[in-house]
Amino acid sequence: MNAARQATGKTMQKWLISLVIVTLGVSVLLPLIQLFSRAFYDKSGQFIGLNNFVTYFSTPALSQSVTNTLYISSMTTVIAVTLAFLFAYALTRSGIRGKGAFRAIALLPLFAPTMMHGIALTYLFGNQGVVTTGVFGMLPFQWSIDLYGPVGIILAEIVYVFPQAYLILAVSLAFADYQLYEAADTLGAGNWRKFFTVTVPSIKYGIVSACFVCFTLSFTDFGAPKVVGGQFSVLATDVYKQVIGQQNMTMGATVGLLLIIPALAAFIVDRIVERKQHSAITAKSKPYRIKENRFRDFFFTLICLCVSGFLLLMMAAVVIASFIKVWPYNLEFGWQHYDFSGVAGEGMTPLWNSILVALLAAAIGTVVTFIAAYAIEKSQVWKGLRQTGYFLSILPLALPGLVIGLAYIFFFNNPDNPLHGLYGSIWILILANVIHFFAVGFITATSALKKLDPEFEQAAESMGISQIKVFWRVTVPVCTSAIIEMAVYFFINSMVTISAVVFLYAADFKLASVSIVNMDDAGDVAPAAAMSVLIVVLNIIARACAEWMAAHLKKRTTWSNQEKGQVA
Amino acid sequence: MKKWHYPILASFLSLAVLAGCAQAPKSQSNAQAPASGGSNAAAPASGAITVYTALEDDQIKTYLESFKARYPDVKVNIVRDSTGIITAKLLAEKDNPQADVVWGTAATSLLVLEQQGVLEAYSPKGVERVSAEFKDSKEPASWVGIDAWETAVAVNTKELEKRNLPIPKTYEDLIKPEYKGLIVMPNPASSGTGLLTINGIMQLKGEQEGWVYLDKLHENMALYTHSGSKPAKMAASGEYPIGISFGYRSITEKKKGAPIEVVFPSEGSGWDVEANALMKKAEIKPEAKLFLDWAISDEAMKAYNQNFAIVSVKQESGTLPEGYAVDPIKQLIKLDLKKAAENRDNVLAEWEKRYATKSEPK
Repeated sequence: MNAARQATGKTMQKWLISLVIVTLGVSVLLPLIQLFSRAFYDKSGQFIGLNNFVTYFSTPALSQSVTNTLYISSMTTVIAVTLAFLFAYALTRSGIRGKGAFRAIALLPLFAPTMMHGIALTYLFGNQGVVTTGVFGMLPFQWSIDLYGPVGIILAEIVYVFPQAYLILAVSLAFADYQLYEAADTLGAGNWRKFFTVTVPSIKYGIVSACFVCFTLSFTDFGAPKVVGGQFSVLATDVYKQVIGQQNMTMGATVGLLLIIPALAAFIVDRIVERKQHSAITAKSKPYRIKENRFRDFFFTLICLCVSGFLLLMMAAVVIASFIKVWPYNLEFGWQHYDFSGVAGEGMTPLWNSILVALLAAAIGTVVTFIAAYAIEKSQVWKGLRQTGYFLSILPLALPGLVIGLAYIFFFNNPDNPLHGLYGSIWILILANVIHFFAVGFITATSALKKLDPEFEQAAESMGISQIKVFWRVTVPVCTSAIIEMAVYFFINSMVTISAVVFLYAADFKLASVSIVNMDDAGDVAPAAAMSVLIVVLNIIARACAEWMAAHLKKRTTWSNQEKGQVA
Repeated sequence: MKKWHYPILASFLSLAVLAGCAQAPKSQSNAQAPASGGSNAAAPASGAITVYTALEDDQIKTYLESFKARYPDVKVNIVRDSTGIITAKLLAEKDNPQADVVWGTAATSLLVLEQQGVLEAYSPKGVERVSAEFKDSKEPASWVGIDAWETAVAVNTKELEKRNLPIPKTYEDLIKPEYKGLIVMPNPASSGTGLLTINGIMQLKGEQEGWVYLDKLHENMALYTHSGSKPAKMAASGEYPIGISFGYRSITEKKKGAPIEVVFPSEGSGWDVEANALMKKAEIKPEAKLFLDWAISDEAMKAYNQNFAIVSVKQESGTLPEGYAVDPIKQLIKLDLKKAAENRDNVLAEWEKRYATKSEPK
């Protein structure tokens, strides 16, 4: 009996693993192969080797974008990581007040599409911006920066990548072995020395990883350069220009290949770093203790106030501008920009479409990533295939949205593909979103599953309880908070993303983020601002619901644990 | 029992995603796909058609009202973008056309499409009312125009006052050094307005002098935009005080209360015709023809006339939309659309070579 159950358990595991690999193979690997092979063919399907790359690099207007993009990403990375480090240090290692509020503000940009950061900058630093005109001439001084071009893009990208860098660095800084600091004190090391010999080495992997994340995100972002790029072209806008503007798919594939390079490098480095980081903390480590230091706290409060003040200013500029009748000539308030019927938004429909896609992506994405993580983490069969599955599951980390979008055009728009029916439907948008954000959901699920003691399964197995039952009765309930986290992650990102979906939406199914780009193209900046505000509001609501559910759940489980404790 | 059905249930969970994906879109793609069978023919006015257009977003809704009143059961899927994008899309899809109808898109573009054999000749009902210069000379016609639109410059008076600059009235004024960095214009590769402005300049000055002029204009240019509307809107908000745009958009921005003066350059304006055409494809839907018939009907013309001074069917009332001069036709430069269409590729290639680095990302 038991042996038979075990055998079916094994069969089921094999089933699951094969399914995960086939699904990911079809939705990640095959489209990618299509895309890359396309870069070596011309428009009519003739193999031309590297000719596309030769054309690309010999067209000055195009090859210029490579240098431009490298410049943007390097500047963004240096500035954003520095700021994020100071911010994260302040929040983890100093005694400043208002940490909760600072943290919440730092994460605010995550709720917004990147176009919104660009729009915010136009209202602040554009030729009619609040800052540029000295609050419409009310202040005696004016401050004009040359916004449209590299300055604008870098500023917008910094805001975009800042929360990501902050999150990574805050995690690294939170783990520290205080014994090392005590030892340093005993040896009489000064503060700076401690910083360079203890702090920096312990978080070096965090810094490397933050740098790579910032670099790739700003390297592949499309929204911000679209809005404030002016005449300054970057690779992401080049892809769009080639594919949408000139319908030159092969050149689009060529640029797409270039886009993936840093992301792939980041991916590889991240894997290596991941392996090394595990050994940094041991069971004997002591948590960091924050000593009292007035001067330090004053300094960090100042930094946190500046950074979060700027982030709030950006947000406020867009919200206020979306209510102003005619910027900058009639500063009365009104709702008219929220009526999208006369602009490229075509009414509220794109917003509803976005919500539908985001909800479905959240539901499907959560289920699929969780099952994939479960199959790979909890199975005992087919070690090699499980590793392949693991690799395929985290591979999307290395794929910029634009690359996924392009690959899907090539793969699904081919009439010979049995999945051709997906093309132009809502499902391809959902699939693109699920794959685009697959890796993070997968990693969240995996780490939650790792925490679950394998003894549960072993006990269940010896008692003859089927794996399915254990899955529903034990695994899922224990992982609920991770599951909520995954769902809200899928939802928020599907709401703000533009890069993959801009190539895939159908004529009668426009998304909110796409309509923001269209409205900005047509010069309707205020309605574009209004639509961004709506997206942010919805995302904040989604996040709040998730927090509420998680808190509720925690209360319930701790309560029942206590009760059990009493009984025992 | 239990033993075998659990694993299947579990795998079904993830299979459901794929299965759901494969099935659900069928109903949708039926509505769009051209080869969805001939059943539509039986019930003429109840299908769905895909219409590609470069008309303005704020116009489309009002225009379509009378179509929807006449054919409430026909679903019209609108794909809207700037002229250059729509043209590129139609050319790229020429082997597998997605659109059924092209509506309100530059005649110079439709002439290129006609040359490529993408269009199906069809003379809509009432085509005889359309003035000869607004439609294809052949019978049946490959394209039929609905209105003409022309270069206009939106000038922000407040911002120029601040700088103590006079309002530019001519093309020659625009290249004066005092306007450096204050002017925006649409990119001709993406915008029909951009292209017709350049065509007008080429016509006025001849090709060689034309490029010399554009070189100078480029010196003054702050940036080139994606759409023809954006320069007028940027001028309206004072972001850049001078926007080379088109009549309708400049006038609407002024009507909305922006401190704008609409300048039609005294040398004359470049222009183009917004025209309709039927796409050539295996199965041409009857609704597509109904749409084209409606698109030049009196009701539709009246609606166009609310926005455009020049429409292709002479209007009885003779009232001009607000903001236009007495005889808008006089403002138009003498221009051969056919020649402009033939030169389209060359002009765009030359423009790209000379000025592309200042173009806003499209």
